[in-house]
Amino acid sequence: MKLSEIMETLDATLLTGEDKLDKIITRCGASDLMSDVLAAVSEDCILLTGLTTIQVIRTAMVAGVGAVAFVRGKTPPPEVVEMAGIQGLPLISSPYSMFVSCGRLHACNLTGLNGQR
Amino acid sequence: MSKFKKSFHIKGRDFIRAGEASINVQNLLKSMDFDPRLIRRVAICGYESEMNVVMHGGDGSLSLEVDTDKLILEISDDGPGIVDIDLAMQAGYSTANDDHREMGFGAGMGLPNMKKNSDQIHIESNNGQGTVVRMIFFLPEGGKTD
Repeated sequence: MKLSEIMETLDATLLTGEDKLDKIITRCGASDLMSDVLAAVSEDCILLTGLTTIQVIRTAMVAGVGAVAFVRGKTPPPEVVEMAGIQGLPLISSPYSMFVSCGRLHACNLTGLNGQR
Repeated sequence: MSKFKKSFHIKGRDFIRAGEASINVQNLLKSMDFDPRLIRRVAICGYESEMNVVMHGGDGSLSLEVDTDKLILEISDDGPGIVDIDLAMQAGYSTANDDHREMGFGAGMGLPNMKKNSDQIHIESNNGQGTVVRMIFFLPEGGKTD
């Protein structure tokens, strides 16, 4: 599904990446452990996380993550958003919990990082 | 391709800049048109080891060497060293503290991830005398792939 559809599903606001709203995302990973993201097949996925540090952006860049969604209404500091913007990594923020965000995206046929549903 | 080597400094306990060296290596390899899957593996290994240095190792360096048949990533630090390397290689074993976990690291997956993503890994460490991690990534026959 398109990133714009994911945003609708999660009632999310866009923090950066206006030019990436048509990006197609088919897999989703949810973790606050960055090593788990690095260990998984996370290219072009959407990463749901409650962490808002600069390391989330660096992890996403290294792993090739397609977009990051911050759950529980979290918003990272401006310098973190700015860095993602420079790197072309879209960031969104959803008011829903990790559990509810995952459930909503699963109901829209997104798979896990290994392709399982 | 002729031999090429570049080193980057890693500053211990600087969590804001942690990962910059690996991103630099990633960008460097992208500019050399290496296979994106290979670049991802190298960047993951670099990043995990860089975080280890920042969290545990004190100051250090990360160097990338491009050879005709392989890439070599070497990370060295002047930190306390690894007491039991076999134990540190086990998934889930960690000596990280709560600060490290708040950054999303310290789950004991760093070294196993590095082993998984490199073709060869060699760790030299003596208690109190720092650590050197050397990882090799073999290039496909005939050198790099575009």
